[in-house]
Amino acid sequence: MTHLIKGARILGGAPADILVRDGVVAEVGTGLTAREATVVDADGLIALPGLVDLHTHLREPGREDAETVESGTRAAAAGGYTAVHAMANTEPVADTAGVVEQVWRLGREAGHCDVHPVGAVTRGLEGERLAELGAMADSAARVRVFSDDGHCVSDAVLMRRALEYVKAFDGVVAQHAQEPRLTEHAQMNEGEVSGRLGLAGWPAVAEEAIIARDCLLAAHVGSRLHVCHVSTAGSVEIIRWAKSKGWQVTAEVTPHHLLLTDELAETYDPVYKVNPPLRTKADVEALREALADGTIDCVATDHAPHPAEAKETEWAPAAMGMIGLETALSVVHEAMVETGLLDWAGVADRMAVRPARIGRLSGQGRPIEVGAPANLTLYDPSVRTVVDPGGFVSKSRNTPFAGLELPGRVQATFLRGRPTVLEGKPI
Amino acid sequence: MKRHLISAADLTRDDALLILDTAEELSRIADRPIKKLPTLRGRTVVNLFFEDSTRTRISFEAAAKRLSADVINFSAKGSSVSKGESLKDTALTLEAMGADGVVIRHNASGAPHRLAGWVRGSVVNAGDGTHEHPTQALLDAYTMRRRLGDLDGRRVTIVGDILHSRVARSNVLLLNTLGAEVTLVAPPTLFPVSVDTWPCEVAYDFDAVLPKSDVVMMLRVQQERMTAAYFPTVREYSRRYGLDARRLAALQDHAIVMHPGPMNRGVEIAAEVADSPRSTIVEQVANGVTVRMAVLYLLLGGSEPAIGGDVTPAGVSPNGDARRRSGDASRREDA
Repeated sequence: MTHLIKGARILGGAPADILVRDGVVAEVGTGLTAREATVVDADGLIALPGLVDLHTHLREPGREDAETVESGTRAAAAGGYTAVHAMANTEPVADTAGVVEQVWRLGREAGHCDVHPVGAVTRGLEGERLAELGAMADSAARVRVFSDDGHCVSDAVLMRRALEYVKAFDGVVAQHAQEPRLTEHAQMNEGEVSGRLGLAGWPAVAEEAIIARDCLLAAHVGSRLHVCHVSTAGSVEIIRWAKSKGWQVTAEVTPHHLLLTDELAETYDPVYKVNPPLRTKADVEALREALADGTIDCVATDHAPHPAEAKETEWAPAAMGMIGLETALSVVHEAMVETGLLDWAGVADRMAVRPARIGRLSGQGRPIEVGAPANLTLYDPSVRTVVDPGGFVSKSRNTPFAGLELPGRVQATFLRGRPTVLEGKPI
Repeated sequence: MKRHLISAADLTRDDALLILDTAEELSRIADRPIKKLPTLRGRTVVNLFFEDSTRTRISFEAAAKRLSADVINFSAKGSSVSKGESLKDTALTLEAMGADGVVIRHNASGAPHRLAGWVRGSVVNAGDGTHEHPTQALLDAYTMRRRLGDLDGRRVTIVGDILHSRVARSNVLLLNTLGAEVTLVAPPTLFPVSVDTWPCEVAYDFDAVLPKSDVVMMLRVQQERMTAAYFPTVREYSRRYGLDARRLAALQDHAIVMHPGPMNRGVEIAAEVADSPRSTIVEQVANGVTVRMAVLYLLLGGSEPAIGGDVTPAGVSPNGDARRRSGDASRREDA
């Protein structure tokens, strides 16, 4: 299979042709020709390395009504992704080699993008005993990222042991930082809006206190810590401090935390209910700056599909979470590029290069140069469209961006030289 | 006036005064041998109660019935709701039955707001979670006005669990709209962290606030707060924030004592205070019916004057035409 991509602006640079043959980038230059190649007109399009998501809920096994590996990875490809990390909070929980291999195999069979299962840190996500981390690391799925996402590993001893244990196979613990006692029954960011709406507050300190503790633990045992979905200005300060010490701490931010604030809860529409909650404008600004200066390493979607009935309720009983794979690049474009905080090379770094490095994916997030695996995204930055969930590939519709006008659109995605999206449509 | 009454913030000063003035007129029928008016004849009011609250439900029921509305009581217990039916499906059912007004009480903050998006009739919030209880604030304001006259510049002190109180939220908003000066008193654990953004004063020392108060409103301390470290013991709470005879004596002569009920006698309010002549607690209950009549009348748009032409007060004009949907009457008769 050979594709000749004509006139793409690699990382937003000058137009160039990219010849993709046998799964790798065979040539990069101007005026390239190749017999038997399918020509892809990329005039005006930006070429990025295929995006890598560190935080995706594919819901299978267990909640196939919300999403499946097939539908979720198709949505990922439509959003420009060539690799996703499937979170462990499935039913059954991905806490054994058997379950992670099942998810990994479903991903291979679907073929829309690479699926790297995240292993649970503790059995059943119960926060009591370590899951068999080594077995998951040694399985066909080669798990390197471990997380109890949705639950915080709040027990300090258990967290310490997990951080230490995964060093044996160069793993990383991705912590969902949420002090459980401070967030009992919590519904939204604790502040002016929660007080007015009478919704139980979710204080920033519940996130920050755990991040501070975990940074200190990671330093003490010399391990890698990854902080999931950072949402507060205070968390940014702590991570900046930890990095200044040279500790191995990385962090992610979601697209929705880069764009939306807690005032949206005034609608009482649970489409805006998410964990961690939407915060204030000051937090959004701090997160953007931190992503721009590299304190926050990457954007991760926390794509969390839910069926309609889980959101068409009162606020309190509604499920937490938002889908994000198909809007992530446009949201980052709006929040980071349009504001001048990142250029396209920066976007490639935060959405492909660094997440691949954190997940230890050798074939992803590579520069677009001869010999590299041809994982590519072609993005049209010139259009602006109103987000219409009806057109989504995901099985779920719980997007907070519906009705919002956002820039850009993914035109094509290549997974090791094979198109998974062409002309804006998944194949 | 807006179509729904969900928050006290929905009311302008003119709206609030119109409701209070209308209630004043409606109170006249309480002295008549026949207390019923034909104003809402043919209208259907649904009382949708997802939370046990006998007093509020009865108050709304009496108000609607005195205006001749058809009343359907829908309590979550023993209904399809207890079998897992969603609020949305309940709303669609009510809509299909042609409810003109839905009075909703719910333990989830924002439930009336959601309901208003799913039904065409007017939604009246009868208390949602820890959010608001606007008709309670209206009946409180009505009670204060009857005892003290104009509320402009009056000093109202509200004492107790502000953090979880829908009564406090609605009262702060409405009293501010009406020009009163509100001071909230509680231990710091029972304030929202952002209470400094509210249009009121905040104090921790009850005794310092007492002498300058025209109204002291005591809030119920819920049982579940007593074991969650909001304060050390019930006795300490009572000593620091309870209204006992000693504190009652520190009040100005004209000052009144209010409580939305139900009371914990001996905790936030001493029995002799609750039963003293300064207490308006029983009046508040009676006034609740009158004020809710005014709210239902103004929202559901009686096509006739509130209580007949000769006694219609100036400024009370039936506003029903805008609210009526063509074909309503015939549809309802078919049903």
